[in-house]
Amino acid sequence: MAYGDVSMDLDAMRLQRLAYEAAAKVPDPEIPVLTVADLGILRSVEIDVSGNAVAKITPTYSGCPAVLAIELAVEAALRDAGFEPKIERVISPAWTTDWITAEGRKKLLEYGIAPPVKGGNSKMALFGETVVACPQCGSEETERVSEFGSTACKALYRCINCREPFDYFKCI
Amino acid sequence: MAGVDNNQLFSAVLAIADDHLVLAHRLSEWCGHAPMLEEDLALPNIALDLLGQARVLYTYAGELEGKGRDEDQLAYLRLEKEYKNLLLVERENGDFAHTVLRLFLFASFMELYWQEMVTSKDATLAAVAAKALKETCYHVRHSAEWVIRLGDGTDESAERMADAVEELTPYCAEMFDAGVGVYPAVSEGILVDPSKLAEPWQAVVSRVFKEAMLQDVSMLDGHQRGGRKGEHSEAMGFLLADLQYMQRVYPDMVW
Repeated sequence: MAYGDVSMDLDAMRLQRLAYEAAAKVPDPEIPVLTVADLGILRSVEIDVSGNAVAKITPTYSGCPAVLAIELAVEAALRDAGFEPKIERVISPAWTTDWITAEGRKKLLEYGIAPPVKGGNSKMALFGETVVACPQCGSEETERVSEFGSTACKALYRCINCREPFDYFKCI
Repeated sequence: MAGVDNNQLFSAVLAIADDHLVLAHRLSEWCGHAPMLEEDLALPNIALDLLGQARVLYTYAGELEGKGRDEDQLAYLRLEKEYKNLLLVERENGDFAHTVLRLFLFASFMELYWQEMVTSKDATLAAVAAKALKETCYHVRHSAEWVIRLGDGTDESAERMADAVEELTPYCAEMFDAGVGVYPAVSEGILVDPSKLAEPWQAVVSRVFKEAMLQDVSMLDGHQRGGRKGEHSEAMGFLLADLQYMQRVYPDMVW
């Protein structure tokens, strides 16, 4: 090996960063404006001792049907970037909508999906109501049409002010 | 973990996995038949959550057993008596009132169960619980809203909800039976003792029934038991015939 210890470390860090950037760009199949990094489901990408790029992915919901598609897409992105990919599914700590980045929340809003209200699903929320602002007109005069929407992670709302229906990315 | 037999832990985890698989199957039967589009999305969404929870539990059960059985083999290739789910979850759906009431009774039990399991000394079970708890909160809220809406609705909806309460009450007590071999794992802080959850569960149910203008009844004295021992009702055979069809006709097929 021609490298000294310090340059080895720098090289490893550079590789790791390249691998992370390649994986982080993968879009979510159900909400394609968001990347897996925006959503906070890509927990880490590390280069292991054998030189494989190990990506750790956390599913949003236990039964999320998109997990497999996401894993395959991350695997392909890492391979395209010249890495030998390994995907690990980790369920602990459990994913929470608090891990959606500020950038991700902004993109959701621009896409017409109301981002999750922080702390909107407290354990004693049996009879609680969450105020969700309309992503179109910003009004807080909205009503929930259904707690369960087009995908596991969304609820269906309607704005009373502008009458537009919209998706709400629900808190978990 | 000292004093805890992996076989007993396997049986306990398998029983919970079976509850989730079987109820997921029952809820999925509503797909395309629900009274409104929103509900047609909601019930399969909940079924999907339950199925996801069942999958991780089966996978873990397979590891505990150590005989190389994976989630599919456990879900699809056992005989009726080897399923240890509650009789409550295998019952036919009945009408919409029966369906949402059953979901409420089971989900409100599981919410309490997962709340305890979060602090399990078994890292896998604690992780599954933390994930499932968040999802279960939504199931409880959604089903409770329907119980209230139907109970405090029209004459017909109130009558149907009251009928559902009468029919399902005898099946609830089985949820609180601790299975054989659970206690060593309970005292080690690995599993939850379900009998401890009976009183808090009854309090949740009574609160929702009150809101729903339904008569407050004790749900803890039921006599319908057997599922936990593999003694099932007639409905189970039909359910399995449907559930296992592909694997029985095309053994070992994969997607």
